[in-house]
Amino acid sequence: MFSETPSNSKSRTAAEIPARAGAGLKPEHVAEILETGADVGFFEVHAENYMGAGGPPHRQLEAIRERYPLSLHGVGLSIGGEGPLDGDHLKRLAELNRRYEPGLFSEHLAWSTHDTTYYNDLLPVPYDEATLARVCDHIDEVQDVVGRPMLLENPSTYVAFEQSTMSELEFLKEIARRTGCGLLLDINNVYVSCINHQRSAEDYLAAFPMSAVGEIHLGGHAPDTDDAGRPLLIDAHDREVDAAVWTLYETVVRRHGSLPTLIEWDNEVPEWPVLQAETQAADRILAGHDTAALRQAV
Amino acid sequence: MAGSDAAPKIGAPEFANALLNADAPSPPGLIGPDGKAAPKRFAVYRNNVIVSLCEALGQTYPAVRTLLGDDYFNALARAFVTDHPPSSPVLIWYGGAFADFVEAFPPLQDYPYLADVARAEWAWLQAYHAEDAAPLDPAVLGSIDPEKLASARFVRHPATSRVSSEWPLADLLRANRFSPGDGAHIDLGAAQSLLITRPDLDVDVVPLRPGGAAFVDALLSGAGLGEAAGLGADASAEFSLSDCLSDCLGAGAFKGLETN
Repeated sequence: MFSETPSNSKSRTAAEIPARAGAGLKPEHVAEILETGADVGFFEVHAENYMGAGGPPHRQLEAIRERYPLSLHGVGLSIGGEGPLDGDHLKRLAELNRRYEPGLFSEHLAWSTHDTTYYNDLLPVPYDEATLARVCDHIDEVQDVVGRPMLLENPSTYVAFEQSTMSELEFLKEIARRTGCGLLLDINNVYVSCINHQRSAEDYLAAFPMSAVGEIHLGGHAPDTDDAGRPLLIDAHDREVDAAVWTLYETVVRRHGSLPTLIEWDNEVPEWPVLQAETQAADRILAGHDTAALRQAV
Repeated sequence: MAGSDAAPKIGAPEFANALLNADAPSPPGLIGPDGKAAPKRFAVYRNNVIVSLCEALGQTYPAVRTLLGDDYFNALARAFVTDHPPSSPVLIWYGGAFADFVEAFPPLQDYPYLADVARAEWAWLQAYHAEDAAPLDPAVLGSIDPEKLASARFVRHPATSRVSSEWPLADLLRANRFSPGDGAHIDLGAAQSLLITRPDLDVDVVPLRPGGAAFVDALLSGAGLGEAAGLGADASAEFSLSDCLSDCLGAGAFKGLETN
């Protein structure tokens, strides 16, 4: 079954991601999801976990893809890196896109590879002209090789660069304008970064270029403190979505309408019903928006 | 956004160097909201890199982790990660050098079986992610002209490998990975080599009988059945061709059979 080309997609559910809540797919949840036919809008996977030749990961993903729309989320391409993109890795991403026909494909505004070393973290970039030009070139290359538009995710950051000459928002808007890529709005990242840099998350979201947004991410963060004892939030994806992030999300949905919304929970992964309950909470907010819109229309 | 020309330019080299070097200072020009240097903030990145890579290693080597205990394993993993950071963003391929690192790690010289346990766990991971293929149907053997059997060559299944050891590898893996806490006694004097493969969804770990390692090695390197049987018999007086062949075929070690 693995050598088959996407012609087997005839038996698949449609690729398009609905404006509903989805969940990050974890191998330990797959059997329960398939057995119960869980009512979830879509699933999202980290592309790098499916770059082996075969075996259980692909078998599971094929079964999920037959029944659910799928979103493919890369975590290791190092689009913000100083060197050229890893051509082999880009080809692997293109192959996964061809094989699974995901409804969305996204990556991060971050770097993770320098020289020959991969650092396995989403590391920050300075917001200056040189970096902007490089990131745009890389995104052009990605969209060219993969053959489809991508979404770029806003980062969560712990430090700022003294050398930055523009704001993160200006930087993201200009990337979307120059490359035509969409944006993945991670509202937990917005909250984490705004707390960490003592800015207003409400203002950031009010100015976000929402017309470019194709997906929203929500996830949990861990509280810490910095050198001066100020709050420092860590983008840990190890717990429920924080109440403050839910509030920001409701505001965005009320103002801009429904968008595909992913719940990320990558560490301290809970039992499936706990994660599913988070998707249901997001679905209620999305449905509430629809009801409100309907009432206005009548 | 001042972005003054006087601001230090932090490139990836400066940032990267300070990530894996715990003694390196936080690069200048990385600041907190007050515009001042913020080493504790930079340390979040350093911690993310090291801890996530140690976790990746722990997922690949659960038996080594159990044998050493979490604290010792994490210290060892930290040393490995710093010396051998990954070169690919595909972490399912990370850590192949761990067995050799463990073998050469001076404080672990009294535990020489650890490196072989790591080699077996690496082979398990390769089998898990290997290309899928239907294993050879053992019945095919019966359809072969007996005169051609001795020169017949088996085609390796993509998931198949063999790990040899002077230690009881199968027992060590069972007690520390597959059935922890079963309390079975492990005789450290009993050498066990393993055949590892994955005919369908589950990885099979098969202890090889006497002479089996030499026999399997010969088959996997393309020798004919007759020659491989001879090498198995040379390796052990207890070698049984029918038992060893039946173990291999039962495990699904091959995907084809070629006759001349």
